[in-house]
Amino acid sequence: MAVRRRPQRGHRFTESPVLQLALQGWRSRTVGLVLMGAFLLLVGRGFYLQVINNDFLQEKGDSRYRRDIEVSASRGKIVDRNGDMLAVSTPMKSIWAIPGDARTMTAAQKKQLSALLEMSVRELDGKIASEKTFTFVKRQLPPETADRIAALKLPGIHQELEYRRYYPTGDMTAHIVGFTGVDDKGLEGVELAFQQSLLGHPGSRTVIRDRRGSIVEDVGATKPPQDGKDVRLALDSKIQYLAYSNLKAAVESNNAKAGGAIVIDTRSGEILALVNWPTYNPNNRHGLSGAQLRNRALTDTFEPGSVMKPFTAALALDKGKVRFDTIINCAPGHLTIGNATISDAHPHGALTVAQVIQKSSNVGTAKIALGFQPREMWEMFDAVGFGQAPNLGFPGEVNGRLRPWKTWKPIEQATMSYGHGIAVSLVQLARAYTVFARDGELLPLSLTRLDDAPVRGINVFSPQTVREIRAMLEMAVQPEGTAPKARVAGYRVGGKTGTAYKVEGGVYAKKYVASFVGIAPISEPRLVVAVMIDEPSNGAHFGGDVAGPAFSQIMSGALRTMGIPSDAPVQVVAAAPGKEAL
Amino acid sequence: MVRFNMILLLIVVVCALGVVTSQHRARKLFQDLEGEQERARQLDVEFGQLQLELSTWATHPRIEQIARDRLHMLLPDARPVVTPAAVKPAANRMGH
Repeated sequence: MAVRRRPQRGHRFTESPVLQLALQGWRSRTVGLVLMGAFLLLVGRGFYLQVINNDFLQEKGDSRYRRDIEVSASRGKIVDRNGDMLAVSTPMKSIWAIPGDARTMTAAQKKQLSALLEMSVRELDGKIASEKTFTFVKRQLPPETADRIAALKLPGIHQELEYRRYYPTGDMTAHIVGFTGVDDKGLEGVELAFQQSLLGHPGSRTVIRDRRGSIVEDVGATKPPQDGKDVRLALDSKIQYLAYSNLKAAVESNNAKAGGAIVIDTRSGEILALVNWPTYNPNNRHGLSGAQLRNRALTDTFEPGSVMKPFTAALALDKGKVRFDTIINCAPGHLTIGNATISDAHPHGALTVAQVIQKSSNVGTAKIALGFQPREMWEMFDAVGFGQAPNLGFPGEVNGRLRPWKTWKPIEQATMSYGHGIAVSLVQLARAYTVFARDGELLPLSLTRLDDAPVRGINVFSPQTVREIRAMLEMAVQPEGTAPKARVAGYRVGGKTGTAYKVEGGVYAKKYVASFVGIAPISEPRLVVAVMIDEPSNGAHFGGDVAGPAFSQIMSGALRTMGIPSDAPVQVVAAAPGKEAL
Repeated sequence: MVRFNMILLLIVVVCALGVVTSQHRARKLFQDLEGEQERARQLDVEFGQLQLELSTWATHPRIEQIARDRLHMLLPDARPVVTPAAVKPAANRMGH
């Protein structure tokens, strides 16, 4: 038997033919490359997602944690000159519902909610029965109630922040302050005139919220909210109240249709009070009529009547046509120009210029006026601000009516000298009287408080003329004048009455507008007060009887409020019977 | 060389943890700040409401009514009234 010898050189392990076959290099390299390729793919994908096309993931992340929130801004306050609130916004909550979700409330929850909302369950059911996806359940709820509702965590019930405007002074300042509509939009008065500066601009910020909803970081740009600026009016709410209550009393006691009153500080041209009657409550504006809403003092014109006479006299003095004591023959109490006749309410004889004003003689004033060129008179009326809006920036200010002088006929020139055939607003009238309070200078008026040095006006009359006119105005409130009831105890006052027929449909009706405009203290004028009563129908209709007492009350209250020292020896104010006016 | 790298690695880890903690602290502080700001806003709202209430109580018609009806006050006769001439109305009326 042959024994197969093992080969001499035994195989070593590595020499195993199986192993010798070995792994060909390409295979391992292939696997390596594939793995490497896969890695590269991942890196590439990662790079793509993180660097090149990262918007999508960023968006997803942001949608989970990042929130844009609006930061609300409140509307500016309106305050009076001393900082008393006239209009202020306060946050309120509105409760709204997603009706579908809200219907899942249990009966007990509905009961709780309706109790807090002060409505019946049935009413609440009615609100959420709608098929819409949004419905207001109740608007303008006090924040405390809203917080209690939020604590109930009711399904489908949500809240929203709103602001509500309050007017603490109510009807007293309604016309001047005005009011806002929805969305903080000013609709009337100062709220409208100063809309731009009162309006707040909400800010925004982008934040990251954590799981529990609290803000952990500000990211991106934040825009701070801009609260509306406060408006500080020139109004003094105390004087406003005096004017309001006395005007109201005067309108009611004279059974008049309407009325207006203005108080102006003659040092600065600031309007300290401006009231109208009838008025309204801006906090509750249901069923308002146009008559209540009208700011008559600014938007209505009337033929002023005799309150215009001092301007005619001042022009005559200024031009040197007459002197203080020039005698004018007013007999026999009427004067015919062309085919028209003008007359005095009570015939007078010969009067000095000063007495013409004191006794309010139409004939005397017309005689003075006929000595002017129409143009001279027009220029004077224009210079004291008639025929042009007073430029307060207030909505609805009117120009009044002052016809061009070229069209004037002599009779018109005569009637205009005593305030007929010319229409003005009460504000224009009051402003024009600042000329007599300020040595001949016409001031621009201001609704807002002025803290700067007193403004300069335009000179209309010479200081000497104005001093003489002031003396005449003071004479008018003496017992011999037309308005003894306008006197103020302790102060020297001066003023002029006006009793004018109203124009209705182009003709003079037997209805009157009684007015009084005056200044005080005469020794150093500080205030102009103008009062107008529309259609007094309780017997008296003369300016001195109707508007005079209201003037006296408002003026004395305002002088006292402002702490202006008295300049007159105290006398007893005689309740003399009303003198002739017109 | 290896040791140096290890030290660097350690420093990196420590720094990373530091970043995490300070970020956390920053967020905590930020939340506190938010809370306080919210409180400030609420106090502001409350202040506004109180101001409103104050001015509602202090309206002039109400004051006059109380003065007249409850306290039986009257306007003084002009005779005994002395207005100090030195009082400058401007200084008197400079607001609150």
